[in-house]
Amino acid sequence: MICVQTDDFDPGAELEQLHSDNSGTAGAVVSFTGLVRDLNEGNAIRQMTLEHYPGMTEKALAVIEQEACERWSLTATLIIHRIGPLAPGDRIVFVAAASAHRKEAFRACEFMIDTLKTDAPFWKKETTDSEARWVSAPPAAG
Amino acid sequence: MVQLRYFASLRETLGVADEQVDLPDGIADLPALTGWLQERNDTWRTALGDPHLHVAINQAIVKPDCPVSDGDEVAWFPPVTGG
Repeated sequence: MICVQTDDFDPGAELEQLHSDNSGTAGAVVSFTGLVRDLNEGNAIRQMTLEHYPGMTEKALAVIEQEACERWSLTATLIIHRIGPLAPGDRIVFVAAASAHRKEAFRACEFMIDTLKTDAPFWKKETTDSEARWVSAPPAAG
Repeated sequence: MVQLRYFASLRETLGVADEQVDLPDGIADLPALTGWLQERNDTWRTALGDPHLHVAINQAIVKPDCPVSDGDEVAWFPPVTGG
């Protein structure tokens, strides 16, 4: 399942839902929660704003989920990504994979967050005490 | 008519988020469309000449030489930084 939303989410409630939806079939649920840091490149961050490409974002996340489900045996996947203004400490992203066994769940969860970071059309703009600047993408992994 | 969209730092540099334009005769692929837009002025020439930009047609990433047809939605944007 995919959610792109301005509202915060409750990781505990999301995990509980995955647990109850997959009770008996899933032996493992692995999740990742991404947070806004308060420091980047030596500057204190006051605000982080997430822009995205409505329509393409949902398609890109669906492709990531589908590829994870093709590569590993999963009983459920979940990707939540927030948009709009966020503050340091806020949750940005939540990715979870449920599987019969832990290794598949770990690998699928890592794959989904890694691929989201390179393929999903989101852009971060951070505000420091002196400026608002677009976060630059890290060099592509070799 | 094609729908053109620009995101993030590129949107700010160009001062436009989206627009609809009629494809001129002879504009049938991405390099031709980008080149035509770059003729607007130096800001467009420099901004759309950035080799790091990604282009999506109909909301899917495409290769630089992709064909463009009437009715397409074409979007240019910098490397993504979500997650």
